[in-house]
Amino acid sequence: MPRRVHVQTTINGEEIDFLCEARQSLLEVLRDVLGLTGTKEGCNDGNCGACTVIFDGRIVTACLVLAVEAEGKQITTVEGIAVGRELHSIQQCFLEGAALQCGICTPGFIVAAKALLDQDNNPSEDKIRLWLANNLCRCTGYDKIVRSVQAAAERMQEVR
Amino acid sequence: MSEQSYEPNMVLSTKEFDVVGKRPLRHDGVDKVTGRAIYGADVSMAGLMHGAVLRSPHAHARIKSIDTSKAEAHPEVRAVVTSTDFVDPGDKAVDLGEGLTRLSYIRNNVLALDKVLYRGHAVAAVAAASLHDALEALKLIEVEYDLLPPVLTAPDAMKEDAPLLHENLRMTEFGRPTDKVSNVSDHFRHEKGDIEQGFAEADLIVEREFDTSTVHQGYIEPHNTTALWNNDDRIHIWTSTQGPFTIRDTTAAILDKPVSQVRVTPTEIGGGFGGKIPVYIDPVAALLSNKSGHPVKIVMSRAEVLEGTGPTPGSHLKIKMGVKSDGTMMAAQAWLAYEAGAYPGAMVVPGGMCVFAAYDIPNVTIDGYDVVVNKPSTAAYRAPGATNAAFATESVVNEIAEKLGIDPLDLRLKNASKEGTRRADGPKFPRIGCLEVIEAMKNHPHYSAPLEGPNRGRGVAVGFWFNAGLPSACNIAVNPDGTITLVEGSPDIGGTRTSVAMQAAEVLGLPAEKVSPSVVDTDSVGFTAVTGGSRVTFSTGLAAIEAARDVREQMIQRAAKIWGVESDGVEFRKGVFHLKNGTENRMTFSELAAQIATTGDPIVGRAGVNPPGVGGSFSGNIVDVEVDPETGKVTILRFTAFQDAGKAIHPSYVEGQMQGGSVQGIGWALNEEYFMNAEGKMMNSSLLDYRMPTSLDLPMIDTVIIEVANPGHPFGARGVGEANIVPPPAALANAINNAVGVAMNRLPMNPVAVMGAIWEKNGATD
Amino acid sequence: MPIVFIPAAMKELTAGAAEIRVGGSTVREAVAELEAAYPGIRDWLFEDNRLKPNIAVAVDGVVSPIGLLQHVDENSEVHFVAAISGG
Repeated sequence: MPRRVHVQTTINGEEIDFLCEARQSLLEVLRDVLGLTGTKEGCNDGNCGACTVIFDGRIVTACLVLAVEAEGKQITTVEGIAVGRELHSIQQCFLEGAALQCGICTPGFIVAAKALLDQDNNPSEDKIRLWLANNLCRCTGYDKIVRSVQAAAERMQEVR
Repeated sequence: MSEQSYEPNMVLSTKEFDVVGKRPLRHDGVDKVTGRAIYGADVSMAGLMHGAVLRSPHAHARIKSIDTSKAEAHPEVRAVVTSTDFVDPGDKAVDLGEGLTRLSYIRNNVLALDKVLYRGHAVAAVAAASLHDALEALKLIEVEYDLLPPVLTAPDAMKEDAPLLHENLRMTEFGRPTDKVSNVSDHFRHEKGDIEQGFAEADLIVEREFDTSTVHQGYIEPHNTTALWNNDDRIHIWTSTQGPFTIRDTTAAILDKPVSQVRVTPTEIGGGFGGKIPVYIDPVAALLSNKSGHPVKIVMSRAEVLEGTGPTPGSHLKIKMGVKSDGTMMAAQAWLAYEAGAYPGAMVVPGGMCVFAAYDIPNVTIDGYDVVVNKPSTAAYRAPGATNAAFATESVVNEIAEKLGIDPLDLRLKNASKEGTRRADGPKFPRIGCLEVIEAMKNHPHYSAPLEGPNRGRGVAVGFWFNAGLPSACNIAVNPDGTITLVEGSPDIGGTRTSVAMQAAEVLGLPAEKVSPSVVDTDSVGFTAVTGGSRVTFSTGLAAIEAARDVREQMIQRAAKIWGVESDGVEFRKGVFHLKNGTENRMTFSELAAQIATTGDPIVGRAGVNPPGVGGSFSGNIVDVEVDPETGKVTILRFTAFQDAGKAIHPSYVEGQMQGGSVQGIGWALNEEYFMNAEGKMMNSSLLDYRMPTSLDLPMIDTVIIEVANPGHPFGARGVGEANIVPPPAALANAINNAVGVAMNRLPMNPVAVMGAIWEKNGATD
Repeated sequence: MPIVFIPAAMKELTAGAAEIRVGGSTVREAVAELEAAYPGIRDWLFEDNRLKPNIAVAVDGVVSPIGLLQHVDENSEVHFVAAISGG
């Protein structure tokens, strides 16, 4: 069995220790070691965006990050978007706007949209489309996803 | 079985129901926005081993030998399997719900026996403690191949001297076997009227040839499976599939076990579009589990999905149509050759049934050819076969309109199929919404909106899909708190838990939220055919209606028992039971539900249906594009999708189907293709290079739902999952032509193709 | 008597007839009558004494889920069409 590396990191606000092989991606460790299966694998080469997570404030595809790189970092996955039992506005708007069909791309879109709305609370349609262009959805044609992100931006402004 | 209570061709858009036609939140929504929903790849259990599949690097070769000894010696490997681990199926044929198929074809596609027929063809598999170990072990398997020349397109494969994929494949012609050994597995023909006479009476004849590329369904979730071959010889499979019963029946057939020994639990599924109907890795994982004594999970990589699972056929098509100068269609002829991939079964049969479906033409001949080539064995893809055919027919119809100087929608209205129109394959159409869709397009503001600026053009096209009925089962139990639990066997790929639950709710006068729908395993519900053919909201919906009616009858009897009257003395209206004798006696559904336990037996409704009243669906597009004359890039400026939904049960998810199908059609039209080199290697087997549309490539997709009631469903529902993918390629070709004056006859119409057409038009020699 | 429509490719079995009136109150009975008059029809439609799985029966334009057991009446139109489902 290959030697394992001890990594200390913060995921969804909680300090976490894990052991991993040097060759394992962050995606593998999230899913297979930590049981955080909300982060999905669609391609394992950075092209579909289903494994999008927030990594020290930036969105990355977890399949292209080695797990050992998580040392000392702050990571947010889809499991960390809702606050307790309260859904985030983006999640609520995705539900109300029927922005998901099969739902496999949804975690990646929600995480990416969260990172967008955290830095711009009133993005244009073009900016939303550009920001989400690394997240593939094959069911919706993106219409209801873009509209739901717009709706979430409005709702977040009302809350403020 | 169903109540037929609507007027012919009545448009139902003003009919109000209590639940149907509203937009409740989907029941599985919270799990899917929080990451809690369990998809196939998320399945985990104690002792789980990871499987991986060795695939052929060659498109066509004979397997001389496979040596697995070094892989077996790897310290972390628990099992290695090849095709010889399966029982020899001989010549046995099985009906797995998609027509009769030779079991050996399915088995040999799952793991190749003596020949590999495409690059990516599975050859062997291993199970190991980790995926990394399994992948290491694959490299230790030694396979010796004798290379054979590959044949990659239908026209090449149909040549007399073409290399043969199957030395024992004999062509079926007009429904009867022949002795002809060929790559053409089937040739069929439909004839109506007198084709010679029809063309003789035409004032204008247009004849064109078209090619469409192989494209993939492109679901974001790769195929996956987890199998446990238990110590009692029972096999349990957890997998993402459109058809758990299809997986059960096929796996049992391949493993030569009775179906009762195989249980399939459908997990949440990340898209299918027809591509998650066939069996690939489930029997392999079962074999690995049997050999290793562990549960084994296999998850495909993206390259495996593209190279090893069913894309939908590329095709070569010829269309000839003859019209009178006033636009009356007199004759139409189609010649369709579809690439089945490695094993027979291209979707050319439905292509032939759809190619002229939109038009009432007196004289028609349609020839279809099912051709095997050295590409992955093809699978259904959303209205399978119809998109290829409509690209050709609709392009010719648009050219006729242009040549005659007739508005293209007027030309279609003049010739549109309607109730009673005889199809080329014989039967008459039941009530359909072809005219209504075209009229809605003509009247839509998009059609009359000004389109200004250079290199801009507008295009139109229509499409059709039959939809399917097929068996569905449903059970409903009444809870003491006034809710119901609904159990069904249709995997929910796009909100069908809710569209099915709404129909039960409508019958019982409950809000949709009081229904708790579950998709369960094959041991827990009656036989239910695949989530495909746009059938779940129609057929499983009907099962839910019937089961709810069963519940309603039992509840009425219970109320009668409580009130001491005959059951015809009780009336049920809008969720309330009334005593008919003029007193004020009434009980709500909840009040009665609370008394069930103390007044008699539990109340459980059940239904199994195989409904005949399937309603086919017509669709249409209006699209505006701008073509960059320097690069050939096509930008979509505006897109409006129209579709006859019958009654839209949940309009948001109807719109979603229309938008998603439209965008898949756009991808097929503008970008997607299997780019093969001469050796039959797919050169773009990643999602970077197999270029599906992104959010940045598209505008909003506007939708217009047309509601022509289907008399075969109590609420008038048709299926909406498929017809929407059919028109985009032809509509976009029409728009490109109107923008820059080039006729596109090949898909995809990517920048290279459009630029080439522009240069050709401008007379460039190179 | 119901009318059975013979696909163009099969007309050689029926001496060119495209529409044939036969007796019978089910599709199975209608096919039996056809076979008596035009031997060979059954082989084309049947396998192992049942309808081939790639063939469906449409009566009056509606594909029947029960195939040969489907009731036909005086004026029924019977077609044999391809069985399809979809994606």
